[in-house]
Amino acid sequence: MKIPEDLLYTKSHEWAKRDGQKIQVGITQHAQEELRDVVFVELPEIGKTVKAGEPVAVVESVKAAFDIYAPVSGTVSAVNEGLTTTPQLINDDCYTTGWMYTLEFSDEAELGNLLSPAAYAEQLKSGAA
Amino acid sequence: MSLNRTALYQKHRDLNAKMTDFNGWEMPLYYTSILEEHQNVREHLGVFDTSHMGQFVVEGNDAQSFLNRLMVSDVTQVPVGRACYTLMLNERGGIIDDLIIYRLGETVFMVVVNCGTRAGDLEWMQQHVQGDVSVKDISQGRSLLAVQGPNADRVLEQLLDTKVSGLGRFEVAPIRTMGSMSCIARTGYTGGDGFELFVPDKDAMKLWDMILNTADISGAAPTGLGARDTLRLEAGLRLYGSDMDQDTTPYEAGLGWTVAIQKEAEFIGKSVLVKQKEQGVKRKLVGLQLDRGPVPRHGCALLKDDRTIGTITSGTFSPALKRPVGMGYVETEYATPGTVLSVEVRNQKHAVEVVKLPFWKLNTAKLETKTL
Repeated sequence: MKIPEDLLYTKSHEWAKRDGQKIQVGITQHAQEELRDVVFVELPEIGKTVKAGEPVAVVESVKAAFDIYAPVSGTVSAVNEGLTTTPQLINDDCYTTGWMYTLEFSDEAELGNLLSPAAYAEQLKSGAA
Repeated sequence: MSLNRTALYQKHRDLNAKMTDFNGWEMPLYYTSILEEHQNVREHLGVFDTSHMGQFVVEGNDAQSFLNRLMVSDVTQVPVGRACYTLMLNERGGIIDDLIIYRLGETVFMVVVNCGTRAGDLEWMQQHVQGDVSVKDISQGRSLLAVQGPNADRVLEQLLDTKVSGLGRFEVAPIRTMGSMSCIARTGYTGGDGFELFVPDKDAMKLWDMILNTADISGAAPTGLGARDTLRLEAGLRLYGSDMDQDTTPYEAGLGWTVAIQKEAEFIGKSVLVKQKEQGVKRKLVGLQLDRGPVPRHGCALLKDDRTIGTITSGTFSPALKRPVGMGYVETEYATPGTVLSVEVRNQKHAVEVVKLPFWKLNTAKLETKTL
């Protein structure tokens, strides 16, 4: 299972990549494999304010729709428009071209609540969902 | 409560299938990907374990008249060696189940029913027995394999010592080299060409491996219930429990073509249907299609000018049309193809167009001229 070393993770299988006062957010390899055939992505509006743990986007596979949660609180500053026409980018490469949105975080301390790559790997291994 | 498992359960696990609970059965949802498996059935060959379905035998001198009284179709018009898709109704004209009856002999029929309705169907049928007829559930120890796709006839012709290519659509023949009551029928739930094999478990295990072993030349691949659902939806085939139930009539469900309203036999539910045929129905099942956007799912509201006029009963992403599609009931005045409605998904409205079913149709001209 690919778990890049330079990212932070959530228990609900999102990844966050820090870039200054922002994070880029997507879903992990594990989540992508569980969803399998992604056919639609509902992205948030730019400027939307969210709290950590709130649903911010939706990924739909053939079978069902899944909420994607905000890793930390903040304001959406960019979204991956490519997913609107090509949702399967999430299946193709969930860590790069399949990124979902960028969040300007409002409280840096919240980043400390996210999982390290090792902690996320441990969670996957223990099978805790 | 533990889930039921088919004889092929271990084979699914060995193939690393993603399993799902389907009406109390632990069944493969997909092995690799729903979309890949779907495409493979359309282009090559898919093998489905559908052993969760119920297999009944209805037998006796009065078997024909018994079925004619319980089913909407005219069973007297089904000769030996033919199958018939039909509906069993309650006294209110509501659909108890949709099923296929296969006439194996003058007085012997196999009836294949949905797994969720199996127990209720058996009870209903046994309650209505009159004269020389017996109804038995023979599913225990038996399997059902669906072998579907353009390469199905070629592969089965090679593997089975049975005339396969000569079998017409909705025809059924015994497989003499296999166990008791083994038969093959040119039926399926994908809208494409294909066969269903009704065999004892041990023969099913052998057949499963034999068919998959032809993968190099046939493209045969195990196919799960996920693709079965997208395939049937594209083909406009209704799913019992989602698209119809005990409160929907054949005319509402767009299945009026199955009803032999003129047949001599009085059948259960007929009086309601006669009245409905005269007066028309208040709601109808229609096909629905979005240009883009989310997948309409079971339960999503359909609106016209902010008034709810219907509900989605099935929805998926159609690989053939590359867009979200669905089926649902709407008030009859909105059932005309071309009508634009809204579907509400997660509190947002999306434009949806009423279209003719099916979304995808087998090109039969291509089938007939296909070189083997």
